[in-house]
Amino acid sequence: MYYDVIMAGFGGQGIQMISQIVALAAIRKGLNVTYLPSYGVEKRGGRTNVTLVIADEEIGSMVSNHPKCVIAMDTIAVDKYKAQVAPKGLLIANASLVPLAMLDRSDIVPLPLRCNDEALALGSAKLSNMIALGAFLQRSEILGFGDVEAVIDEVTPERLKKTIPANLEAIRRGIEIAANGSVR
Amino acid sequence: MTEKKLTKGNIALAEGAIQAGCRFYFGYPITPQNDIPEYLARNLPKHGGTFIPAESEIASINMVMGASASGKRAMTSSSGPGISLMQEGISYLAGSEMPAVIVNIMRCGPGLGGIAPTQGDYNQAVHGGGHGDYRNIVLAPGSVQEMFDLTIKAFELADRYRNPAMIIADAMIGQFQEPCRLTPERPVEFPEKSWALTGRRGRDPRLLKSLYLGDYEQEEHNLFLKQKYDEIQENEVMVEMQNLDDAELIIIAFGTPARVAKTAISLAREEGLRVGLIRPITLFPFPVNEIYEHSARAKNILVVEMNTGQMVRDVRIAAHKDAAIHFYGRPGGGFPFPDDVLGEIKKALGGGAR
Repeated sequence: MYYDVIMAGFGGQGIQMISQIVALAAIRKGLNVTYLPSYGVEKRGGRTNVTLVIADEEIGSMVSNHPKCVIAMDTIAVDKYKAQVAPKGLLIANASLVPLAMLDRSDIVPLPLRCNDEALALGSAKLSNMIALGAFLQRSEILGFGDVEAVIDEVTPERLKKTIPANLEAIRRGIEIAANGSVR
Repeated sequence: MTEKKLTKGNIALAEGAIQAGCRFYFGYPITPQNDIPEYLARNLPKHGGTFIPAESEIASINMVMGASASGKRAMTSSSGPGISLMQEGISYLAGSEMPAVIVNIMRCGPGLGGIAPTQGDYNQAVHGGGHGDYRNIVLAPGSVQEMFDLTIKAFELADRYRNPAMIIADAMIGQFQEPCRLTPERPVEFPEKSWALTGRRGRDPRLLKSLYLGDYEQEEHNLFLKQKYDEIQENEVMVEMQNLDDAELIIIAFGTPARVAKTAISLAREEGLRVGLIRPITLFPFPVNEIYEHSARAKNILVVEMNTGQMVRDVRIAAHKDAAIHFYGRPGGGFPFPDDVLGEIKKALGGGAR
């Protein structure tokens, strides 16, 4: 098993948070993981992205320019990474911000999700990353809900512990939406 | 089994220093190595250590020299221009036979350059950089675990041979995260330091110096150092080798390019191309015997570096005369992706040698 994913968006969308969850869940499952956060000249509110490689074999490159999956939480992320998705790969896009017309590559599987709207329906726009995470779990099939549930406490900083139940609910919602197809 | 923790390369290195018994750190900030002083500023005092943010890199290396002279384990870390400023001090350390660990998380130069991953400082680390006829012991980690383990190794080798040891890594190795065991694999070695300046009461005086003005004194000293470097070359080579048995092409790379090469090699093998890997872990001592032996059989070498061709010159010297040596270099700011390296593999196997 070898799976690489790039998660991208702007600072504050919780990209680092969901990638930390996935990374730790994979490690706990006994898998190898490399975690490459966005690296460069950074500023608050700037771009953020993470490249994760998860494998049951030794991981060579921690960098990927043809990932099996891209999670793009805004239009800039779609612009930057859409062309890189491996053929037949998965492009999870936050359709609350990304026009569907942008998801126009026919050789990949686009999965538009209205992450912000779904999150708001659950009570907080801050849950949008967890909607995307749920969809990722459902489609990538490398980790299950239980794997993530087991590590979320460890990844969540003390001051945010009270958000864990809402986060888990949002992940479940993401799984459900992805299982039913996506938004039209 | 000790639990592995998702750890950033630079942090693994800093924790490795603490566990190696380093109790003195001196440094001046520069990206992309700032995680190291940040971590040590917080954690070294908890272990009874001393952290001093020095006024410059020149001050840093000279403070390291002072701590080393007194027999303590000391380290500094920097990048590109900062390491250049330290060269005089490193040369003095080598000349006076004082152990120290110097970490260079490389910046792409020349000049102030940029913070993208690069390997432009290979020559500086391996072939001098400072003045005089000396060698650094040079270690090149290829994973977060090695950032930890090789830092401990660097302190042990530095003490064992009374010589500066450098760790050089590109910013990718410094910045990315992997599961890492943050405890030493085996007990850390602490050799007796019968040369350390600890106060002469009750014993004969000791002297650490690099000035030799008497007839033939300097030559004698240089020949003595040479003997030591030969011993290091003989005993301390570390190298990872993969898929060499049937290889018709060997990739030679260190640090991040070696990681990328591993992925490219598995892609190549899926297409039936027989490619193997030699990854030098020590850059001095360089794995000359391994390269000679395997190049004699495989006949084709592809050196991949994140520079315009530095280690490739050492490979040319080490390789069998009949081996064709190809080079793929992406200097700082560019990056060799696995499919780029796969393309170079195919080019190299398609003929066209140098």
